[in-house]
Amino acid sequence: MTEKEIAQKNSLRRKFRLSEFFAEYVIKSVAFLSFAMIILIFVFVFKETLPIFSPQQETKSNQEFLQSETYGEEPGSTSPEQQISEYSSLLSVKRDIADLDNLTGKEWQPVGEVPKYGLLPIIMGSLKVTLIAVFIGAPLAILAAIFSALFAPKKIKELIKPAVELLASFPSVVVGFFALVTLATFLQDMFGWTFRLNSFVGGLAMALAVIPIIYTVTEDAITAVPKYMKEASFALGANKWQTALFVILPAATPGVFAALLLGFGRAFGETMIVLMATGNAPLSSLNPFEPVRTLSATIGAEMAEVVFGDTHYTVLFLIGSLLFIVTFLINAIAEFYVRAKLMKRFRGE
Amino acid sequence: MKKIILLLVIAALSFGFQSDNKVITVKGSDTMVILAQRWAEKYMQTHPEVTIQITGGGSGVGIAALINGSTDIAKASRPMKPSEREKLKQRYNSLGVEVKTAKDGLSIYVNDKNSVRELSIQQIKDIYTGKITNWKSLGGRDTKIIIYGRENSSGTYVYFKDNVLGGEDFTSKMQSMPGTSAVVNAVVKDVNSIGFGGAAFAKGITMVAVKKDANSKAFEPTEENIKNGNYPITRFLYLYLKTKPTGEVKKFIDWILSSEGQSIVSKVGYFPIR
Amino acid sequence: MNNKLLGKSLIIFSFLSVVLIISALVFMLLEIYLGGRSFLTWEFLTQPPKEGMTAGGIFPAIVGTVLLVIIMSVACIPIGTITAIYLNEYSNKKSVFTRMIRFAVNTLSGVPSIVFGLFGLGFFIQFVGSGMDKIFTPDGELNWGQPNILWASMTMAFLTIPIVIVSVEEALKAVPDDLRAGSLALGATKWQTIRKVVVPNSLSGILTGSILAIGRGAGEVAPILFTGAAYFLPHLPSELTDQFMNLGYHIYVMTTQSTNVEATRGIQYATAFVLLLCTFSLSFTAIVIRYRFRKKLTS
Repeated sequence: MTEKEIAQKNSLRRKFRLSEFFAEYVIKSVAFLSFAMIILIFVFVFKETLPIFSPQQETKSNQEFLQSETYGEEPGSTSPEQQISEYSSLLSVKRDIADLDNLTGKEWQPVGEVPKYGLLPIIMGSLKVTLIAVFIGAPLAILAAIFSALFAPKKIKELIKPAVELLASFPSVVVGFFALVTLATFLQDMFGWTFRLNSFVGGLAMALAVIPIIYTVTEDAITAVPKYMKEASFALGANKWQTALFVILPAATPGVFAALLLGFGRAFGETMIVLMATGNAPLSSLNPFEPVRTLSATIGAEMAEVVFGDTHYTVLFLIGSLLFIVTFLINAIAEFYVRAKLMKRFRGE
Repeated sequence: MKKIILLLVIAALSFGFQSDNKVITVKGSDTMVILAQRWAEKYMQTHPEVTIQITGGGSGVGIAALINGSTDIAKASRPMKPSEREKLKQRYNSLGVEVKTAKDGLSIYVNDKNSVRELSIQQIKDIYTGKITNWKSLGGRDTKIIIYGRENSSGTYVYFKDNVLGGEDFTSKMQSMPGTSAVVNAVVKDVNSIGFGGAAFAKGITMVAVKKDANSKAFEPTEENIKNGNYPITRFLYLYLKTKPTGEVKKFIDWILSSEGQSIVSKVGYFPIR
Repeated sequence: MNNKLLGKSLIIFSFLSVVLIISALVFMLLEIYLGGRSFLTWEFLTQPPKEGMTAGGIFPAIVGTVLLVIIMSVACIPIGTITAIYLNEYSNKKSVFTRMIRFAVNTLSGVPSIVFGLFGLGFFIQFVGSGMDKIFTPDGELNWGQPNILWASMTMAFLTIPIVIVSVEEALKAVPDDLRAGSLALGATKWQTIRKVVVPNSLSGILTGSILAIGRGAGEVAPILFTGAAYFLPHLPSELTDQFMNLGYHIYVMTTQSTNVEATRGIQYATAFVLLLCTFSLSFTAIVIRYRFRKKLTS
């Protein structure tokens, strides 16, 4: 072998390694993106809320006079009452500060002389709709998961799972449309409610959105119960439902708990359904048959028209941060607490 | 696989060709999208050298776009706020140019089955601030009033608050709808409800006649009454520009204010300003 | 005795739940189909809205939705696939870095879609877009710093990446280790093994993930509310800086903001049906592919 050939071989080998090295690092950094995204989402949603935490001084109004112009109007063509509409009270906002006092108030009236950014009624509204959705959706989803995981013949099981997946692929705007157009009227005719759109209608429609997630996670939890537990139960003479009720379900409880948490998180952040079907009135009432306004619907309805950088704008981002933090915490609990508990249980402790 | 994706991307990027025509962008109020669209369609038929792009998004979005420089014309169903004018001034040293293009009567909707046909401004205010809660005190049946209104982001909401409620807050019992047609739809379905919105939207419901105060005559929101100012709650629909219009933009706006442009206003359901 | 009753009722109630869920699904489908049936014509699919959106079709909304998912796929499919490859092939399962990423992926899939919308507005439009404008057009003209189809697609990509990851990872896990060992034994490097053996064997998973992601992207509305969707556009989008119409958003505005809700009821139903048909057929395809794939594995 000549020296040249050896050199060539070595360079080839190095090239080889380089591409390996390169591939691994590219892949690793792309994978890192997911983590970066979470950070980015938090940073950029939270960033816009910062003005709230750093109270600014009152900006002095500029005294320099500039005439606002109109075009295409003959002078004197405006009648006095039309003049009024141009210099109305609202155009001069007197006190627009979102301090702690204002944010913990009981009124959500973000447009006005003294805007009120009380978050309590809309937080309550979100909780109300979410709880209704989970109370309706969870029993159905968990029972359905039990049926398909434990009792259903294989053929039927293979039908149920895709059906639930199809339900999951129902766009939420279509569910909202259905709730607004069909469900609300149907329920009002049936029960004679005063309010056609109320938190119950929204919650019921939302149940359709949380069923797939609760079903899937519960089903996974049940099938993850080790076979030996089932077999031991059968060996001791227990029948199918006894095994289900006293062996498998208790073992899968942490998983079911995780399913409930995730369902709660999904419902808490869902926007289009509540925006369309709950009436959006910022009431602080516990009555499920009165309209509500939720956190997510507030963002969805108000963001598009708000003046960028305004106090109202930052408060909407604050609501977004709140939604993010709540869902983040729910995920963290479902992830760490429940998984740890499941592992412990299955290792036999 | 990759090649297919690549091809699709190229196809997506080269989708259509931008023409060399002069482009005028009009952005803003959703209330005015349909109107502006009709204007644009008609205008482009006779002026093929211009392309007019209409986008909605809301009055605030339109004005923000005007401030940012991403639109030539902003359409708004409310007058520009001082804070917005301030921003415009900082950037262009101009408070903007306002063009009133049409008038809209803000109607009060009730269900067809409701016997109440007349309300005074004071009564409407009392309903929407939560002081009157039963139809009985207005001469109707003994049932609760179900109150519908618009989202606080809309120009209609702001206008109503200013001119009917005198700046007071809406009752929190009011159900906010994302659009006027959602209000109409709700009033159609709820026998005991009340709502407000543009006269153009009112289909399948009754518009009550409104009187200025308890003693004056009530007027229905008809074209006649709105034009001559008898109907007490009217508003303008505006176009805003950074500076006095020139060139193609001026031609377009002059055409809107001409009898041809104004005839479209009444076709869409608003009221011409002249 | 009591226990027996309990057991019986458990079986009965769980069965009833399944029946209830499936009948709700079928009922919604039927209701939407029947409501829009008379409007579902070829013209409806190929015409733009007319007469102030009270007649005509939904062609621009279909085009907008298709463009949205295409641009979204370009971003989310490669990123999702590569992340899944990292998680399954390279990562040390116990390392902090891996657990961090896994946790991030799980969290990402739980973030409310409206928060993605806010993020798109704060990051893509206000930060990236405005930043680009400051560099390219210093005279203050706004090009990228406003809602458009690119930013809407990117926002949607963030939302759908976890879907791709989960699906691809499942397929990667199903590739038998024997294949990897065989390839490595023949002298192939790790990267070569992944490229030539592992990825080709998990193409179905990549396909499933992509289809599911596209279905999700086509149906979501909240993330694009303020990142690019438009109420009405007389022209189809022709550049990345254009806004676009979207099927889901169209349903929303037609039910709440059209000039005559009752007259356009049929259009609303028909639009909802078209959107449903898209997302259903996509997820159905995904289900079929996955089913076949699993069957192949077990046989």
